[in-house]
Amino acid sequence: MKQILIVDDSRTVRDSLKFFLKEGGYDVLEGADGVEALKVLETARPNLIITDVNMPNMDGLTLLENVRKSPDHKFIPVLVLTTESQQSIMEKGKALGATGWIVKPFDSQKVLAVIKKVLGG
Amino acid sequence: MDQFKQVFVEEAEELLGTLEDNLLVLEDSPDDRDLIDAVFRVMHTIKGSAAMFDFKGIVDFTHVVESVLDRVRNGELTVSHELIDLTLKSRDHIQSMIGSPSDVTPEHEATSAVLIGALEKLAGTEKKAPLPSVKKVQNDEDVECYSLYRILFIPDREIFFSGTNLIALLEELQDLGEYSCYAYTSSIPSLAEYNPEMSYIRWEIYLTTKASLNAVKDVFIFVESSCELEISSLVEASELPDCLGEEKRLGEILIGRGLITPEELSDVLSTQKPVGQIMMENGLVSSTDVESALHQQQTERKLREKQGGERENTIRVKSEKLDSLVDSVGELVTAQARLSQISSQYDDPSLNALAELIERLSTELRDNAMGLRMVPIGTTFSRFKRLVRDLSNSLGKEMTLVTRGGETELDKSVIDKLNDPLVHLIRNSIDHGIEAPEIRAEAGKKREGTVSLVADYSGANVIIQIKDDGAGLDRERILAKGREKGLVGPDENLNENEIFKLILQPGFSTAQKITDVSGRGVGMDVVSKEIESLGGSIFITSTVGKGTTISLSLPLTLAIIEGLLVRIGDEKFVIPLASVQACLELGQEDREAHREKRLFPFRGGMVPYIRLRELFLDRRELPDREHLVVTQTENGIFGIVVDEVIGDYQTVIKNLGRLYKNLQLITGATILGDGTMALILDLNKITALAKVESTASL
Repeated sequence: MKQILIVDDSRTVRDSLKFFLKEGGYDVLEGADGVEALKVLETARPNLIITDVNMPNMDGLTLLENVRKSPDHKFIPVLVLTTESQQSIMEKGKALGATGWIVKPFDSQKVLAVIKKVLGG
Repeated sequence: MDQFKQVFVEEAEELLGTLEDNLLVLEDSPDDRDLIDAVFRVMHTIKGSAAMFDFKGIVDFTHVVESVLDRVRNGELTVSHELIDLTLKSRDHIQSMIGSPSDVTPEHEATSAVLIGALEKLAGTEKKAPLPSVKKVQNDEDVECYSLYRILFIPDREIFFSGTNLIALLEELQDLGEYSCYAYTSSIPSLAEYNPEMSYIRWEIYLTTKASLNAVKDVFIFVESSCELEISSLVEASELPDCLGEEKRLGEILIGRGLITPEELSDVLSTQKPVGQIMMENGLVSSTDVESALHQQQTERKLREKQGGERENTIRVKSEKLDSLVDSVGELVTAQARLSQISSQYDDPSLNALAELIERLSTELRDNAMGLRMVPIGTTFSRFKRLVRDLSNSLGKEMTLVTRGGETELDKSVIDKLNDPLVHLIRNSIDHGIEAPEIRAEAGKKREGTVSLVADYSGANVIIQIKDDGAGLDRERILAKGREKGLVGPDENLNENEIFKLILQPGFSTAQKITDVSGRGVGMDVVSKEIESLGGSIFITSTVGKGTTISLSLPLTLAIIEGLLVRIGDEKFVIPLASVQACLELGQEDREAHREKRLFPFRGGMVPYIRLRELFLDRRELPDREHLVVTQTENGIFGIVVDEVIGDYQTVIKNLGRLYKNLQLITGATILGDGTMALILDLNKITALAKVESTASL
């Protein structure tokens, strides 16, 4: 089963994402911010990371930079959660090595379609 | 989603609590960047979460507060007493809206308006901040006609460092329609300079699809900035018939791309060498350009065939004509096998060469002839949609029919005979399987029942599954009824599949109530007879409360099989090649080692074996070395021990005739090259028998 790490400081977002992903047949790991996510990554090697941008302690883009620098994780696809108005963040994320983005608000169909796009069938 | 609304309310209240504390501290130390960030984040998070549930009132309001705080964060606005005051009021307002998030009252709206006015005045943005318009992902309506796109896709060297999976991307394109992909590998450096973490390949894809240009572009949305991409529509949907009327020559395509001029083309054409080669020699285009243009030519040719094929290039033939063609091919295959055998006895190279040629041609002819009779099962499937609709109306049940694998092809004669059994099985699933909507709702299921019809290949067989999510079969009741009707002896033990299969017996019905659809016990026995006459088998699984799955396993074709010819004593037998996994030798020492258990080690596990000699009661002395054929059957993996494996053999199946129709272990016979006969073994029956015996001896 493919494993996905969700990083978001909002429990609402994490819980609903987790629900969608489990329905979609994925295994889910969680972190509330970049620091927690890096902690999870010390022992896990998920197939995909989905991260929010604005988070306490370490934001999503810094997390992304760290992931791309890590020899173990540099090829893991990373999807950034953004809102429609944050065009600049998509570009910034792309420049730092993000694979793609999921625009908030999202529903299950949208999330799973984007994941399929990145991970394949 | 409702369970998350609760999470949202709890989380938002928690966040608003910290917000209050933070705001109060911020008032005393207005330059604390971390605090400003934290305050901003609360608004951001609440807005994001609220948007997930369409709480528009909350989203709109928090958006304004967030924008103001964003300006503070960027240093465009300083923290003032007034700002803190307004933010605190906003906080209280958000809290009261969250109390009843789904219906924001007019009072709420009024307060929102007042606060927004004050905030904007403070921030100096009198104009209402534009709200993020929620853009719907909207695919342009798919054009009903095919278009041909040429996609040139050159990923940046570093593309893998963004976690992009090129295969997934190409697969996504593949899902859109008919697709041919060419990889240009000329830029891959020598091994010494090669960096495996880089992407060197240039891709050219021809896609024939009904999807719009935007839908095709959408596939590349994440990689736009890290690749060179050129998508051109070669043939517009609307102009397709005209445009494709005349096939484009290679030169025309190159001119169309602006790579050469018509004059250059006519110059080189006069030298009468292959066009592509001449142009390369003249340095007009590179070999890659020519290759690429040839690809386009090919793809367009295919598209034209496709469009043409759908319109006129079919002829209708009476199926008897096909049958007689297949019969003749069958005879030809037998004759050819004989020729091959004779030629192997003479050491004559020209005869051998001829025999090989005939063998190849007859194999090709056989495949073509069989292919003519293969029909996708989809048309049969679609007929059932109506059946399900009518049945569910008349029974007062809510139903959907899901079909999958409609493209699976089966011999026409098999499909023709399949209609009635499938009708019976579907009727039965709906009538007995699926519960009434009220009962389903009570059991916590969706009111609407689902029956799915799935076809798929499995070796030389096609598996068709009729699956319902209804009440499932009551094992005990079926068994009791079976005993009552005398179908099961008082001491007989049956496994689950055997019990469930009782429902296929004539006159068997456990339904309490007889409806006009089913329940009379007529029909289900027809199913098992028909399937068996097709050389197929039925397997039933069921879980009470979850549903029932009936699987039909059917041979792809009735006329010819690939077989493995084996010898036992003086007799020859045929084992269907599709179920053969391996052939091994069984020497004296292996027999000694596993004498008691009749097991032998295979690929890390132990596999039971059956000695056909014993099964056929041949009591002569065993040869020194035997052969063991490992087969995959519906009863699991079994080894079949024979005296000798002779080799593979194309076999025309001859029926044994009416007198032998109750023969259990043999499915048919075939005539060998030397004119003698060999029997075709029914592995499923043989292994089932062995299973029964081994359980009995326990």
